[in-house]
Formats: sequence, C-alpha cells, structure tokens
Amino acid sequence: MIIVRKVAIIGVGMTKFGERWDKSIGDLVAEAGAKALADAQITGDKIEALYGGTMAAGRLVGQEHIGALIADAMGLNPIPATRVEAACASGGLALRQGYIDVASGENDIVVVGGVEKMTDVAVGDATIALGGAGDLEWELFQGVTFPSLYALMAKRHMHKHGTTREQLASVAVKNHKNAAMNKYAQYQREISMDAVLNSKMIADPLTLFDCSPISDGAAVIILAPLEMAKKMVDKPIEIIASAQASDTLALHSRESVTEIKATQIAAKKAYKQAGVTPQDIDLAEVHDCFTIAEIMAIEDLGFFDKGQGGKASLDGLTALNSKISINTSGGLKGCGHPVGATGIKQAVEIVWQLRGEAGDRQVNNANIGLTQNVGGSGATAVVHIMKRGYTTDTNTGD
Amino acid sequence: MVEGLASIWRRTPSRYRLEGVQCKTCSTNYFPPRVMCPKCRRKGILEPKIINGDGKIFSFTTLSAAPTGFSLDTPYVIGIIELDDGPKITAQIVETEGKELKIGSKVEVVFRKLKEENEEGLLHYGYKFRLVL
Repeated sequence: MIIVRKVAIIGVGMTKFGERWDKSIGDLVAEAGAKALADAQITGDKIEALYGGTMAAGRLVGQEHIGALIADAMGLNPIPATRVEAACASGGLALRQGYIDVASGENDIVVVGGVEKMTDVAVGDATIALGGAGDLEWELFQGVTFPSLYALMAKRHMHKHGTTREQLASVAVKNHKNAAMNKYAQYQREISMDAVLNSKMIADPLTLFDCSPISDGAAVIILAPLEMAKKMVDKPIEIIASAQASDTLALHSRESVTEIKATQIAAKKAYKQAGVTPQDIDLAEVHDCFTIAEIMAIEDLGFFDKGQGGKASLDGLTALNSKISINTSGGLKGCGHPVGATGIKQAVEIVWQLRGEAGDRQVNNANIGLTQNVGGSGATAVVHIMKRGYTTDTNTGD
Repeated sequence: MVEGLASIWRRTPSRYRLEGVQCKTCSTNYFPPRVMCPKCRRKGILEPKIINGDGKIFSFTTLSAAPTGFSLDTPYVIGIIELDDGPKITAQIVETEGKELKIGSKVEVVFRKLKEENEEGLLHYGYKFRLVL
C-alpha cells in the first residue's frame, strides 16, 4: 500500500478485564476511552473518526450498532463511527482501519477501540456465540465447539511434531505468571503445571486451563500522524507495520491444521513493511486463545522453527526477559479475552512496554514489539509491529 | 441455536447423501458444495457429485463440554476426516469414546441423528463416521 504518512499511538487506556457485572458495554468503553484521552492529553473535540471492534454484541447483549454506541458513550458525536468485525480479531482490525485512515491522510486524530461484554449470558450461550467465528453450517452443526477446533489442531501438532501435553501446559503457566504482575488482568495469580494437567478435560488434549476465559472488558487507543504526535506527547509509539490476511472459514478446508497460514502471510508482509526480521522482535503479544495457539503463533511468526514452539515454551524461551518475551500482559489466557477488546489490549501492552511503563513485568531493552490477533480458527489474522517514535538515552534496562 | 426450516432443507442433499460438487475444469471434488471453484474461479464448471464416504482420520478430539443441543451426548468424538475422494470434512465419529482411534485410522460414513432442538422441534439428521474394523 502507499503510505502517505507515518502513524503513531499517542494515548492508550483499558479497563480491568474480568467479570465486570457492574458495567455495561457502553460503561466499559467509556472508562477505557477516558483513560486513553487523558493519556494522550487531548480533549474529545480533537477526535475526527472512530473505529470500534466487537465480535458478538448482538448475540451476547442483544445490542448492535456498536460504532455509534461507542461514539455516544465517549461523548464523541457527531464524528464518523464505524464498527469492525472479524470474530476474535475485531480489535486488531479496528486498529488497522484506524491506521489506514490516518496513514492515508483522511483524518489526523482517530480513536480505535475494542469491547466485549460476555458475562451477561450463560456460559453455554456465550460458547454458541463464539462458535459463530467458525463455519456454522459445516462445523458448528456437527457439534463442534471452539475448544474442539483447537484440540484438533493440537492433536495433529502432537502427531506431526511430537508436541507434548506438558509443553502445552507450560504456556498457561507462563502466561499466568505474567498476569500476576498485571493489575488489569482477570487472573492475577500463578498456576502450577499440575493444576493445568489435572483441570477438567474440555476437548482432549485441552483442559480447562488450556483455554482462555469468558471476560468483559474494553481497550482504547488514540492515533495521530507521527510528526504531529511528536509535538503532542513525550512518548509517541510508531506503528511501523500493519498487515492482514484471510483463510477458509472452516478449519477442515485448509491443507494444514498445524499452522495458521493467515498469520504467516500477514507476518511476512509486516516484516517486509517494517524492514525487520523475526530476530529483531523483543516482545510480542500473540493470540493464545488456547495454549496450542501460542505454540503455533511463535512458530508462524518465525520466532522458532516449525514444530519447536512447544519445546521452546517448556524450556522457558518465551518467558519474561528470556529469548523473546511472549504475552507479558498474561495473554488471552491470564489477562482475559473479551474478544473484541483483545486486539487493542495487545497493542496497549506493547505501548506500555516500549515506553518503559510496564512495572514489574517490564521487558529489558524493549525496542520493537509485535502483536498478532487471530479470528476464529485462523480465517483472519492481523499483525502489527511498533517501535518508539521518540529518541531517548534513558531507555529501560540499559 | 434453532435453525430455520429452509436453512435445513437446502442442505439436505449434502447432509443425507454427501452431495458435493466436482469442478469439471480441474477435476477437484468439493464438500461441502461450492458455488465457485477457488482454483479456476470463473473458468470452473461445478456439477453435483456424490462424494464417497470412505476416508481416514486426519485429527480427532473427544469433547466433554458440549454446546446446547448436544450436551446429552457427551462425551463424543469430533474428527476431521480426509475422504478418499479428496475433501476433508468435520463430523462426529460414533460407536467410540476415542480410545481406540488413531490419526490415519480408516472410517466410513454412517447416517445418524445429529441433534433435536426441543420436544416439539425439528430432528436433524446427517452424516457421522465410524471406524472400519
């Protein structure tokens, strides 16, 4: 694509993720939005457009027209407000739409948000709503659930690459450890390997603790052209790549189920756009809706060879300040997964890390960060890469 | 989820007798049926074809937590079946709780009840698979 100008993130904000029974969908997004505007040190009247990601508000709370709802809740009328939907990748796509809007020169200051309110319905109904990310007629109709789709991938990954049950569990253990240091996380506590292995079987080989939870939450980001951003805030974070790809809706239609091809394609484009290689990435927020998803992601993104993701996880190579810090926020597993908010939250975490504001979970020498957000079983993938848009001689670490 | 009568009726040929399509241009078989061949696009000519129900297990999992409408059947096995005719298909594998299954095991199609909506609702029938002994 022709990029007219560079784009930066000037403000971020998010709600605590979890069971937010006291908050409606509008309340959540307004809370996150107010924090993002305060972080960017701007007032709402400077915002020119809005993109909001949500997956299943219609099924989960009976509410559609979420673009207008977010603008209303944040007091941003009458700006153009657009809903973006790509199942669990809705947030990442909202960020990408905002990026394209600013990069193209259409608007200067743009707000992108993600929100999902999932605890107003029973778990079984939420499961069916999330199932809509797959193929209704040829997967769901047969009794398929989302955990079972990822279990099919895990079983095949184990068959093909020798990935073990313990390797899968190590992803959940690591992500809970990171979440314990994140005040916005749904589960701010560590779990043991035994707890994962012995938790209730959902779809073998995946147990309950291999699965991300049902969550409420919202996250909001403010975008501006980089040159303008430098004059507005001290620590703008530049988006140096934004790329997206799609694949068949049904898992069975793909040649391989041990990789997310859309991730590989989006990542390849993103690395080219940013002029970096996988080895240049210091930290990444990846889409660990299930533990196997993180293992496939770190392979598909090129951090580890295909088939080596499980071993790398168990060996601790993805832990905080190891070879590459993966899911410092706690990921979807530990931080929670309000689906539409997840893609935005991933970018919020990278912004905090690059600014050196991540507290106890700060990555040393965090210079380049990546986000990977997946919709469904891999029918959509979106990758963003970011770096500091300012120079400093007082970086975190050294 | 309760499905509309028409949405069930229009899929009956595929669910009852594995009716897919074959692209006459590139000879690829597709199940479920497609309106456009993704390889040949507008050059493709798609004609109905009954897909052979023999195949082997590509991957499988035993579900303990089922969606509404299937909960009485738990645990049940979901598999991706690689059909001898080419397409891969997602379906239940019956007459097993999964212990004797392996990736690569031979299976054949059977006709079974898929689910019932409620006491007065529709009964849904369609394809499932079982191990070939």
